[in-house]
Amino acid sequence: MTATATKPAPPARHARGRQRPRHNREMWVLMLPALVPVVLFSVGPLLYGIGLAFTDAEAGRNHETTFVGLANFVDLLGDDDFWSSMRIGLIWSVTVTVLQFLASLGLALLLNQKLFLRGLARVLAVVPWAMPPVVIGLMWRLVYHPDAGIVNSTLGTDINWLADFSWALPAIIVMGIWSGMPQTTVVLLAGLQNVPKELYEAGAMDGAGTWRKFWSITLPQLRPIIVTITSLDFVWNVNQFSLVYVLTQGGPGGQTRLPMLFAYEEAFRYGFFGYAAALGVSIVIVVLALLGVYLWRQLREAS
Amino acid sequence: MRKIPQYAALLAYMVFLAFPLVWLLSTALKTPQEMAGLDPTWIPADPTLANFSDAFGEQDLIGAGLRSLIVALASSALTVAVALPASYALARYQGVLKRVALGWVLVSQVFPFILIIIPLFMVLRQLDLVNTLLGLIVVHVTFTLPFALWMLQGYVRSVPRELEEAASVDGATRLRAIISVVAPLLAPGVVATLLFSFISSWNEFLFALVVLKDPDVMTLPLTLVRFTGPEGVSRLGPLAAASLMATIPSLIFFAIIQRRLRSGLMAGAVKG
Repeated sequence: MTATATKPAPPARHARGRQRPRHNREMWVLMLPALVPVVLFSVGPLLYGIGLAFTDAEAGRNHETTFVGLANFVDLLGDDDFWSSMRIGLIWSVTVTVLQFLASLGLALLLNQKLFLRGLARVLAVVPWAMPPVVIGLMWRLVYHPDAGIVNSTLGTDINWLADFSWALPAIIVMGIWSGMPQTTVVLLAGLQNVPKELYEAGAMDGAGTWRKFWSITLPQLRPIIVTITSLDFVWNVNQFSLVYVLTQGGPGGQTRLPMLFAYEEAFRYGFFGYAAALGVSIVIVVLALLGVYLWRQLREAS
Repeated sequence: MRKIPQYAALLAYMVFLAFPLVWLLSTALKTPQEMAGLDPTWIPADPTLANFSDAFGEQDLIGAGLRSLIVALASSALTVAVALPASYALARYQGVLKRVALGWVLVSQVFPFILIIIPLFMVLRQLDLVNTLLGLIVVHVTFTLPFALWMLQGYVRSVPRELEEAASVDGATRLRAIISVVAPLLAPGVVATLLFSFISSWNEFLFALVVLKDPDVMTLPLTLVRFTGPEGVSRLGPLAAASLMATIPSLIFFAIIQRRLRSGLMAGAVKG
């Protein structure tokens, strides 16, 4: 790697004007097999999906779809279920993202030290990543099971965690933190290992203690990685579906009905395609707005 | 001695990470009688493997496993076949198309599934592909493709361009240079991408839920969810056993890439 990097750039053997068009044609030919399915099944549907948000499309084959403008969005604004789903979705995404980050940072800092058992802890830390989401959901159902679960028998409580109005959301949040920790920890650990050792040596010479080094060296050095991974985690958490669907199906009484579950129900249980698409568009707008503010603030503070 | 707080914290993390897994394993090894009893315990009083054989008898688990295997093999092979030439183009040429393609990889991560799955469902319905494995394969290829492209073009870039140029100085055609010089060096990357696509498809739930309605064509994650049904405790043992077995392919995959996850791959991915 380094050997090739230090070599002088190879002299251009062809005249630029001759090379460019041929290269472009080659590139198109190579890209074509990937472009066709992506455009046909991904770009196309996405644009179509955004378009559907402005129609009254329904699942029934005989339904005549008409353009309705912003009617779906007006309906959404007056829909209590929408607001409660958005509220739950925001509580879920923000709490899980923040707690996941703090927990993962702590774990990454520990794993970055020379500790006995570190190898085992590292393996444990990636196991949730290796599990299918459905299995994670089913596993936590067993953990929270009112009769056969370990939580009640350990705490000596008698709570039906996933069916309890006030406990269901905290219960799925704990699961969310558990299941997302691996990605965040691995990324933060890689970041920690890339912090130049000289900085810590210089800090030690200036008499900085552990805390001081953490605040003045580790955190600023990690900043770009922290911003990236928390943004990604946030987007993933907003779009979460499988885990919560398996665990609670959105219940009890909609207490864990994340926006994606709400949209899924509207589209595939009740068949309101247009309404569900409008919901999807609203989620994109909210996510982009929140991310925009977050990234903008981070950029401003960084400079 | 100074490290006691660190060890306490590490232990707490390990307990938090491990306890649901231990509980899953414990449940999978318990007899129905023990499951029905009060006061569940960590260690099964009378460990049994009967749940594993029971699991096979229920809900056509073997059939579902085979269907998952077919979908995962077909969609990972297709994904890599389609992504390979494109990733070479992305890694080696500059241009508008490249920026658009890489931009799309990012955009596709942000947009909620619902905006893609509704129109895709309508398209599949038009093509009569709802309720078929082929329909699910098509969906899986499209949703794995962006990330597979991203992974593969990273691997292509790590093959020094000079090697190809050396081959063409020796008189090899471009295609010849790619086949005899680039391809062998790219093999580990191709394998990693194949594995990644395989696991994404094997684990995938939401698209399968939308596309496959009929129990006879359901893949493993769907069958597992149907397993639970009402809240009875008697079937929890076989369910836990089946869940453990469904995790085996992903565990093998992660055992293979574990070393790279920790060091090279992620560090490189983050630095871009």
